Amino acid sequence: MNLRRLAAVWHARNLEFLRDRATLIFNFLFPLALVVAFALIFGGEPRALFKVDVLAPPGAALDAGLHPFLGTRHVDFVRIGADDLEATIRKVERHQVDLLVDLRAAPRYWVNEDSPKGYLAEKLLLESAGGRAARQPVTGAAVRYVDWLLPGILGMNMMFSCLFGVGYVVVRYRKSGFLRRLSATPVTALEFGAAQVLSRLLLTLTVTSLLYGALSLLVPFRNEGSVLLLFAVAAAGALSMIAFGFMMAARFTSEELATGAINLASWPMMLLSGVWFSLEGAPQWLQHAARALPLTWMLDAARAVMLDGAGLPAVLPALGVLVGMAVLFLAIAAAGFRWRSD
Amino acid sequence: MTPVLEVRDLVKQYPSVRAVDGVSFSIREGCCFGLLGPNGAGKTTTVEIMEGVTSATSGVVLYRGEPLGAGFRDEAGIQFQKTSLQEFLTVRETLALFTRLYPKRRSVDELIRLCALEQVAERDNRKLSGGQLQRLLLAIALANDPRVIFLDEPTTGLDPQARRNFWDLVQAIKAEGRTVLLTTHYMEEAYLLCDEIAIMDRGRIIAEGPPSQLLAEHFDDVVLELPRRDFGGDPAGFPLPLLATADRIEISTRDVEGALRALLERGASLRQLRIRPRNLEDLFLELTGRELRA
Repeated sequence: MNLRRLAAVWHARNLEFLRDRATLIFNFLFPLALVVAFALIFGGEPRALFKVDVLAPPGAALDAGLHPFLGTRHVDFVRIGADDLEATIRKVERHQVDLLVDLRAAPRYWVNEDSPKGYLAEKLLLESAGGRAARQPVTGAAVRYVDWLLPGILGMNMMFSCLFGVGYVVVRYRKSGFLRRLSATPVTALEFGAAQVLSRLLLTLTVTSLLYGALSLLVPFRNEGSVLLLFAVAAAGALSMIAFGFMMAARFTSEELATGAINLASWPMMLLSGVWFSLEGAPQWLQHAARALPLTWMLDAARAVMLDGAGLPAVLPALGVLVGMAVLFLAIAAAGFRWRSD
Repeated sequence: MTPVLEVRDLVKQYPSVRAVDGVSFSIREGCCFGLLGPNGAGKTTTVEIMEGVTSATSGVVLYRGEPLGAGFRDEAGIQFQKTSLQEFLTVRETLALFTRLYPKRRSVDELIRLCALEQVAERDNRKLSGGQLQRLLLAIALANDPRVIFLDEPTTGLDPQARRNFWDLVQAIKAEGRTVLLTTHYMEEAYLLCDEIAIMDRGRIIAEGPPSQLLAEHFDDVVLELPRRDFGGDPAGFPLPLLATADRIEISTRDVEGALRALLERGASLRQLRIRPRNLEDLFLELTGRELRA
């Protein structure tokens, strides 16, 4: 690996990117549209809808016969098991559940004193229960869907930028014959690949950081952890996804074929990596399969930092896996790299 | 003395065609060696095998007596027949990219001067004319200050003026004592630039040697050329062998006076008559029965 050669190819690719105005604008415009959509959808107050989790005696139906409160309309009652009690209390703390009621013995309930919806749900409960329920107050700031979704959207945007940004360009270079010309120089596939990956990394991290800044102004969201650590997670994730894109482009000679293949790879990531919804309820094998996708590791680590305030030790395994994946993808790509299209 | 480059029994078999069919030749230091032949003769395949870009089916390529090693790319300068460069870069930036890929290199300014690119140094390389682009590709081939330079049909598609300018550059490179391997289907180019040529046809070498020597070996006559309409009437029955094309008559002879008399006797107009020595195009026709650019 010759760093001077790597730097030369990296620099040339950066110049090309900065001067290709149409592509550059698109790379900023798409995220901007995301910000606007986000601000419109999530900028207002959270919608009023009560969600109450209920711990009931086994076999008992969740209706007014068990407790008058369960006959209240416009409240979403969900039965939970005794094992889920601790996890559900955490949800109350995060405002994901407005009230948790335990009806197995003398009624008692958990309510978040910072939650306006919790306050109203509590009023309804006490009204129907005639005040006979033991109060278990908790506190904690809300985790709204937007807080959960935001890392997913940023991650998805990064994924598309990473996969297509490097994959499409490499195939175009191959088709035009530029790679063939480079193959007559001492540049190795690994040097060329590393230069492309690092160039794209610079761009993706710049765009994502700007996007993060713009969103934090428009849609105040939650970040419990270190911004620096979050940046490290984003860098490791982008690195592995760009290397994945480069691997996809290692042999294809037509842009159409490469686009199809990258699309094929990006859709599972979009659905299985937890961009839009959590896979917690999905079958075990599907969750295992999702572990093979770099986006899954990045999003899990990013959410751990942003929602739970996880520190470096907690996300270190994810960082290691992501960097390891990047090295693996790059090595596979370099080993099977094709310089010419004929 | 060991030749700089030598190929022995080179064969390249593609699924449906044998592009190179047992080619051997050697190039001495400082020589400009020309591979001359029509399109599809196997010139480019031969050169790409010698560059180490394409693999041969069988046969060997020796560089200074040794098989091509990893270091060969540092010492060879290559200009492909067709190349596309990175977009959105200027001529200067493109040269900077390529020079940085080599341990030994010429400065960008020197390359710009050498290849007469001063006027377009800051121009996007997609906005160059054909001649300017070929000069840039030549400059890229010279980026590592190579001792051996491969030029694959560098002037194809250029206008006559641009072609002449390019010849001047190649002459300057030769004058520096560098070894040049040039492929072309322009016999004039080969005659002007090359110290030695090998004529290729259908994957084989059909003649090899210095151009003037080759001509002397095969011909001892001259060609009388005149327009078809000036010749008048049916060419059949003319006492001397001749070649008739749609617009031209060519008479090859050692007896110029006799040929002129025969022409005057049939009443041909000699106003546009031209007498020229034999050239490589004639040689190709002689050897293959086909025209070089047919």
